[in-house]
Amino acid sequence: MNNVIDVKQLTKRFGNFTAVDHISFEVAEGEIFGFLGANGAGKTTAIQMLCGISKPSEGNGTVAGYDILRENEKIKRNIGYMSQRFSLYEDLKVWENIRLFGGIYGLKDKEIAEKTDELLHRLNFEGEHNSLVRYLPLGWKQKLAFSVAILHTPKIVFLDEPTGGVDPIMRRQFWEMIFEAASRGITVFVTTHYMDEAEYCDRVSIMVDGRIDALDSPQTLKKRFRADTMNDVFHQLAKKAKRMEN
Amino acid sequence: MEAKNNSQFSIFNSQLPIVNCQSLSLAYGAVEALKGITFSVGKGEIFGLIGPDGAGKTSLFRILATLLLADSGSASMKGLDVVKDFKKIRRIIGYMPGRFSLYPDLSVEENLTFFATIFGTTIRENYDTIRDIYKQIEPFKTRRAGALSGGMKQKLALSCALIHKPEILILDEPTTGVDPVSRKEFWDILKTLKSQGITILVSTAYMDEAGLCDRVALIQQGSILTIDTPQGITAAYPHRLYAVSSADNYQLLNELRKNPEVRSAYIFGEALHVCFSGEPIFPEGVDFNEIAASVEDCFIEKLF
Repeated sequence: MNNVIDVKQLTKRFGNFTAVDHISFEVAEGEIFGFLGANGAGKTTAIQMLCGISKPSEGNGTVAGYDILRENEKIKRNIGYMSQRFSLYEDLKVWENIRLFGGIYGLKDKEIAEKTDELLHRLNFEGEHNSLVRYLPLGWKQKLAFSVAILHTPKIVFLDEPTGGVDPIMRRQFWEMIFEAASRGITVFVTTHYMDEAEYCDRVSIMVDGRIDALDSPQTLKKRFRADTMNDVFHQLAKKAKRMEN
Repeated sequence: MEAKNNSQFSIFNSQLPIVNCQSLSLAYGAVEALKGITFSVGKGEIFGLIGPDGAGKTSLFRILATLLLADSGSASMKGLDVVKDFKKIRRIIGYMPGRFSLYPDLSVEENLTFFATIFGTTIRENYDTIRDIYKQIEPFKTRRAGALSGGMKQKLALSCALIHKPEILILDEPTTGVDPVSRKEFWDILKTLKSQGITILVSTAYMDEAGLCDRVALIQQGSILTIDTPQGITAAYPHRLYAVSSADNYQLLNELRKNPEVRSAYIFGEALHVCFSGEPIFPEGVDFNEIAASVEDCFIEKLF
């Protein structure tokens, strides 16, 4: 089994503050990996290092087969990324967003045209081809954003709180898109504050004060912490945090 | 007249409602944000407005906070009209918008002093009201508000909304993007405020927070789907609901959806939640048991 993420002792310091403190883990191809932690635990900083945006202070490893210290430009081209805050350009039309991101990821015009049709068909969005993204309902935007993030069939897609504020049906439809992408071999790395969504992951890590305090399948974690739900597991671990959120 | 009102609102211990909306409607161009919203809230209640982004929660709260005018309908806060008496209303309500709206270049303490001064009071005079919340950020009182973490900004915003001892607190999605542990802490704070007699209107997209409210309105696309106590909402769930699971829930889900007897099937944490049109039939080798519906199941049923 190939590992799409393989990092050792990854650390990030800002002055005296150690935001990410020697984390090591692997994520296998096609896995849905949940990356949990309280606000301020260091998740965002860790993701920035994995995506090649921020240089680690210490540690090493590979993402999508590329070295995170030396090949961060190649990493950026071979991953997908979507967050709740930024995913699409609101002032561009649906097709323009697809065209833009396809171009950024180096797809050829013909490929983009084919993929645009296929994507709009799969989402049942044909009628919205020319709509400005700002007028789409949030749930639709998130589905479109996810499809655009995996337009170039990356090895791995990073989803940072993709379902915040979405209605319960759309949230589930979004997760079914995740299952579908994973079944096609795209590795999914996802953060969420919805603990029911932690249950949908193959494995889950929980960060506390910059370290990974637990990493296993939801079933195993629940057994180990004698908890009925991932919510209980999360509370048990996150309550131990000493670091003042700052 | 008085008697009639009392019987109408007998649920509130024969008190008149402190918040009252009648047929509020609002459109932004062709988009109908609110389509005839009617509800009332009793003094001291925690009233939850539960619904996804775009449901109309912010528009509704802005009307009640006298910051936005409805196209039609009326609303009152403690008997004061949101249009005619807006100045009086602003003295008795505290409003915490969804977006951070403090002055990022002022320090923590300066922001709080600013809001206290506007309302003709001082931090010292009302320190008791905010103590539990403010003491958590007081060690950072000289820090610029813009440089605070998300959790601390939220606590400062709540302190600023409380500094004039409001009778009604309006909180627009205070827990969005907040982790489960901090969310629980925030709800503990709300319980304390309720015990001081403050009426709280709070909106959230997290269905699991419904259970922490005295009553909730489920809202979607500008319309209220239902208003009740959380227990009342779940008790009214009209079907027998089963939690069903196997080694591969996604595969099981696709299998169940092919069965015409399955009314609805969707993922829900570690299991699938399934309703049948007729008698329940389960595929071989799956685990299943009948369960009580949660507020989220009820919301899904209403949207179904």
